[in-house]
Amino acid sequence: MTSKNTLGKVAAALLMAALVSACSSNAAKEEAAAQAAAEQAAAEQAAAAEAAAAEQRAMEKEKAMVMAEKREEKRRLMDAASAAGSVFYFDYDSSSLSDDVRAAIDAHVSLMMADSGNVRLEGHTDERGTREYNLALGERRANAVRDYMVASGVPAYRIETISYGEENPVAYGSGESSWKKNRRVEIK
Amino acid sequence: MAQRIAVILLSLICSSLAWGQLEIQVTRGIDNPTSIAIAPFAWDGWGTSPVDFAQIIDSDLARSGQFSPVSRRDMLSLPSSKEDIFYRDWRAIATRYLVIGRVSKGAQLRIDFALHDVERGIELFTGQVIGSESEARMVAHGVADAIYEKLTGIPGAFATRLIYVSVTRNPEGKDFYRLTVADADGRRPIVLLEGRDPILAPSWSPDGREVAYVSFESSRPAIYRQVLATGEREQLTNFQGLNNSPVWSPDGRSMALVLSKDGSPDIYLLDLDTKALTRLTRHYAIDTEPTWMPDGKSILFTSDRGGRPQIYRYELATGKVERVTFEGRYNARARVAEDGRNVALVHQRDGRFHIAVFDLVTERLTVLTETSLDESPSIAPNGSLVIYATKRGDRSVLGAVAVDGGVKFSLPARSGSVQEPAWSPMLSQQ
Repeated sequence: MTSKNTLGKVAAALLMAALVSACSSNAAKEEAAAQAAAEQAAAEQAAAAEAAAAEQRAMEKEKAMVMAEKREEKRRLMDAASAAGSVFYFDYDSSSLSDDVRAAIDAHVSLMMADSGNVRLEGHTDERGTREYNLALGERRANAVRDYMVASGVPAYRIETISYGEENPVAYGSGESSWKKNRRVEIK
Repeated sequence: MAQRIAVILLSLICSSLAWGQLEIQVTRGIDNPTSIAIAPFAWDGWGTSPVDFAQIIDSDLARSGQFSPVSRRDMLSLPSSKEDIFYRDWRAIATRYLVIGRVSKGAQLRIDFALHDVERGIELFTGQVIGSESEARMVAHGVADAIYEKLTGIPGAFATRLIYVSVTRNPEGKDFYRLTVADADGRRPIVLLEGRDPILAPSWSPDGREVAYVSFESSRPAIYRQVLATGEREQLTNFQGLNNSPVWSPDGRSMALVLSKDGSPDIYLLDLDTKALTRLTRHYAIDTEPTWMPDGKSILFTSDRGGRPQIYRYELATGKVERVTFEGRYNARARVAEDGRNVALVHQRDGRFHIAVFDLVTERLTVLTETSLDESPSIAPNGSLVIYATKRGDRSVLGAVAVDGGVKFSLPARSGSVQEPAWSPMLSQQ
């Protein structure tokens, strides 16, 4: 009974050993496979990252190009607005916009549509006529420019108007050569 | 007739008193001004007389253009009491009237004066004016007022004040504005407000204690009222757009003014107690420059609703608007005399802007000035003179002209421009 018992034990041990051996062999294989998979994943990830980075670089490049274009466009609009001038002139006792003035305002409108800044329109008159009526006339001129800008698509809240009447002349002296310089709206 | 001047004490807000002092030059008087001699007044008091009272009265009467004062150098005697008068001394130098006076100083200054008719050799009238020593000049103006009224039948307006805007330009071309109040003879100027921002449209409260004006100090126009004695002030409006032309109603309770917050400039009424705002005119044209009729029942204003600026009348009870002026292409900035009949305004003729008077009864318009850029007329409270601003070279100066066109004088400042004069009402006298 003892030998049979021992035999049984040995057999059990062998079986165990075989089992363990079989187990350990499986684990190694799995480990290797997992490692390979991980390496592949890493490689894929790296490739993907590389691709993403490349894409990012491309996008950034494109964005930079677009920005540069926008900057260029804005610079062009600013140049156009500055070439159009920031002072619009009017006839005596009139707030009508001449074709030249409309063209000049158009340049400013294009610039305003391209950015988000606000403007202040200051209306002025020459010294003829009464001061208080001239305050109203200066406002009418500033409003005429504002209304034209709004009609061209600029939101009204981005435009502030103020009239100084005849208080802030740019040219002193009495005579049409001075007066025509003072009948104006300044955009600021 | 006893007359008492209750004087207004003005706080000395600014020390630059010498600045902006006006100098009066009579440029045209009437053809035969009345000869009048003001003998130096006797002084009963400690020290010396604070001012030369007779000289102040002399200058006032000369400025009216209706009197030709006798030079002190030509006087053969200098009487200050009735007993010292020898009418032959005055007939010898062709004097028509003689004024003598005595100033005594108690708690207040008191001037006792008498007006003599030299031709008839009689005392016409005696009077007394009382006031504080710090207002000695105003006391003297009070004497001139009494004499002027006795001889012309019209109350004098010498003991009154002017408010005006002075502008000086620095070498960089930047303007500096000062709102100044001075005596009607241009003396004792006091700066009420100063700064780089425009100050416009000053006007008086009917009691002469406050002024209202437009200031751009907040970078936008706003209407303020300010108490002269204390400098205390209040911002009345600060709406989007125009805030302009504040004018007190004759009862002092409300103010007509111009706002463009609802679109175009219209006339509004501001209740000064409740601050309730009522829109009076409603038109897409420019409605501006309101001025009250003395009865407080209607307001004259400028409107270009007919295409060009003309004067219109708004009736408060009915809201009815009617056109007042038809002559010429430009009539604006009306100011009505106390009689409710003469309207001083700016009238354009041949491209030039003149001061004219429009008679509301006869509807006749009379041009008073020959200069070409005249504006801002304001009528003296006795209705005799119109003060206005005009251009002399690059500078704006003040001029004054009699409502009948007979007398003219100018009040240039020593430096800079002076514009938008407003003559005070009669200051409280009892």
